[in-house]
Amino acid sequence: MITCVALGLRRLSLFFFVSLASAGLGVCLGGCKQQASAVTVPASAGGQIRPYQGALEPDDGQWVRATKDYANTRYSALDQINSGNVANLKVAWTFATGTTHGQEAAPIVANNTMYVAAPWPNKLFALDLTKPGAPLKWSYDPNPSRAAKGEACCDWVNRGAVFADGKIIYNTLDGYTVALDADSGKLLWRTRLADINQGETITMAPMVVHDKVYVGNSGGEYGVRGWLAALSTKDGKVLWQAFSTGPDKDVLIGSRFKPFYAGDRGTDLGVKTWPPDAWRIGGGTVWGFLAYDTSSNLIYYGTANPGPWNPQVRPGTNKWTAGVFARDADTGEAVWFYQMSPHDLFDWDGINEDILLDLPIQGNTRKVLVRADRNGYMYVIDRTSGQVLSATPFAYNTATTGVDLQSGDLKRIPEKEPKTGQEIRNICPPAPGAKDWQPSSFSPRTGLMYVPHQNLCMDEEAVEANYIAGTPYVGTTERYYAGPGGNEGELMAWDPIAGKKVWTVGDKYPIWSGTVATAGDLVFYGTLDGWFRAADARTGKTLWQFKTGSGIIGQPITYRGPDGKQYVAILSGIGGWPGAIVASNLDTRDDSAAAGWGSALHDLKSATQAGGTLYVFALP
Amino acid sequence: MRKIVLTAAIVLFVSACKREQRVFDPGAASSQTANGVALNDVHAGGAVPTANYSMFEESAYAVGEGKRLFSAFNCTGCHAQGGGGMGPALMDAEWIYGSRPEQIYSDIVQGRPNGMPSFAGKIPDYQVWELVAYVRSLSGQLPADVAPSRSDNLPVAKAEQARQKENPPDERPQKVQGAKP
Repeated sequence: MITCVALGLRRLSLFFFVSLASAGLGVCLGGCKQQASAVTVPASAGGQIRPYQGALEPDDGQWVRATKDYANTRYSALDQINSGNVANLKVAWTFATGTTHGQEAAPIVANNTMYVAAPWPNKLFALDLTKPGAPLKWSYDPNPSRAAKGEACCDWVNRGAVFADGKIIYNTLDGYTVALDADSGKLLWRTRLADINQGETITMAPMVVHDKVYVGNSGGEYGVRGWLAALSTKDGKVLWQAFSTGPDKDVLIGSRFKPFYAGDRGTDLGVKTWPPDAWRIGGGTVWGFLAYDTSSNLIYYGTANPGPWNPQVRPGTNKWTAGVFARDADTGEAVWFYQMSPHDLFDWDGINEDILLDLPIQGNTRKVLVRADRNGYMYVIDRTSGQVLSATPFAYNTATTGVDLQSGDLKRIPEKEPKTGQEIRNICPPAPGAKDWQPSSFSPRTGLMYVPHQNLCMDEEAVEANYIAGTPYVGTTERYYAGPGGNEGELMAWDPIAGKKVWTVGDKYPIWSGTVATAGDLVFYGTLDGWFRAADARTGKTLWQFKTGSGIIGQPITYRGPDGKQYVAILSGIGGWPGAIVASNLDTRDDSAAAGWGSALHDLKSATQAGGTLYVFALP
Repeated sequence: MRKIVLTAAIVLFVSACKREQRVFDPGAASSQTANGVALNDVHAGGAVPTANYSMFEESAYAVGEGKRLFSAFNCTGCHAQGGGGMGPALMDAEWIYGSRPEQIYSDIVQGRPNGMPSFAGKIPDYQVWELVAYVRSLSGQLPADVAPSRSDNLPVAKAEQARQKENPPDERPQKVQGAKP
């Protein structure tokens, strides 16, 4: 099947063609299941390695926020550990977090101290990197509500803390943002933002710009109303809160709001694109990573799925869910919005990370954000205007045919639309999407993005959804299974200029860990069965691997220690949405366990055990 | 003046009387569901009579209703079709708070501190018992002629009727210490 889609660029009147067949279909046929780390160069590849011409933030050897830099590159300029010597990488020290649920956090390194945020009960540990074995400097116990565990959709995860201005700031599952003195661990302030009685929790890693810390809620499966809040880092006071649904004044939409596409223009669309009052329980939570453009002073972030999953009960485009917002970092005013999945049908949250790059496109250098979206398209969006410059499929896709660049609309295949009481088969990608929260990285040395993602499909039936505050508001039943090739996971190197893959590494299970790219031309990532690997950034070849005690769903980081040596750190501990099968001992005789993962991961409990350990590696 | 003093005295007498008021017949202990349900297998002074739930566990209609309510009250959102997700699996042999009907009744009505919300005041009593019966059918605790034989929805697990009985730890036959063969 060769399907070509004409992509018309507004104003430029330029057309180029993207072969839909080029992504996904030919990947890893046969080989991946047996050889989990086998590299495949897809027949449809054609991406190139070419050094990045733009500028990145200078690297100070620390790791002060989950995303490394404001542009979300997760790139480290450290090169002591490189493709020539990584084979000698050894464990330097380890640390047990004392919890055996999903460890999704990025360790934070600042001022020779490492800060580790653990899943519920959300203890925070400060480890002294100046001493052998990195002994505990202090720890903080927020004593969160036990009831919060029942309001968390996808295990009791926490995606990490942020260091800024001598403070370490993080969120607790039961809805608080906490600021601690980074030296002493003393509590500076604590602000309650989310209400677990309404099904709200907080799992995201906050981000700080100047004197503000940004925090968003989780709970898209509980009929909550999504928001992003800005708090003063000084005292935790809420400065503004921008909702993802409801009237313009709640969404902070005013005179500065200039969305690129006509469908996003109008008054109070956050009310009018919903059945009466459905926006009050309509989702659009904010639980992914934020990006910040220092030159325009804009923050970028995605909004999650509309609720409930059953789309038939919420006719309309369901603004402002499953899209990306650009807002003024100081005032919170919306500047533009683009909706990747209007009237989302499949739980395709729009929360995936935005990597801010300046790329040559059609002869001009454009300030863009690149996002590997849950719906399976790699979006290159002009970050000053919100115009989609290209949207290229990167995964096997049966539910959509492309993105109309004139209107911005996702073009759907009507037969795949969920209907109450009907089983719809072979929807690809499924609810967790072609890629979920697991963050990509970008190396300026290769100009490639390193994207951990899924190769999955699902059968789904929509059922009645009843809203009862504090309980799930979903209204679908589903089962997931591997897409073509049989490998459920894939790490891909993506050329964002050509919009093509360069190489892929398949894995039996979804790759649910983030990646980090280094100047040593290495890409580190982990697998659900516990392997921590270093891939050659240019070829994808596995140059080093180490089997940790439990499945990996965390965010690898690398830093320069007080001794001048480069270290690589990763939390090992199965959990999160798919890994809850192990962490919460689910029963996979039910295909729909963990909202559909039961069928895809029926043998995961024999592949790994629950755990919670930080591993730090160095050259001997 | 005398009238006022008398009235005051009567008011004082009547109100003071309340603190001495006693309830002499609060009803049988077994009639109090919450009192009767134990979270520990050891019961001080021996076991007490339990609620009469057999009319639900022996009725295919009641269990069928329980299956419908299990979805309607969003139980499926956390427990899926028994395999669990946000909440624990209910089709296996592990029972955190006990497998007996009155224990499950309390789980639903009282909630549990590790995440199970309380449904007190939300679900009529007889429907709670229907839910209890259905929950027990998920792990094969009910007779096959009572447990549901098919699902109206996407088939994601073996029918409740076809499931083998899981043996919760508190229902396993106990070895008699020192008994001779």
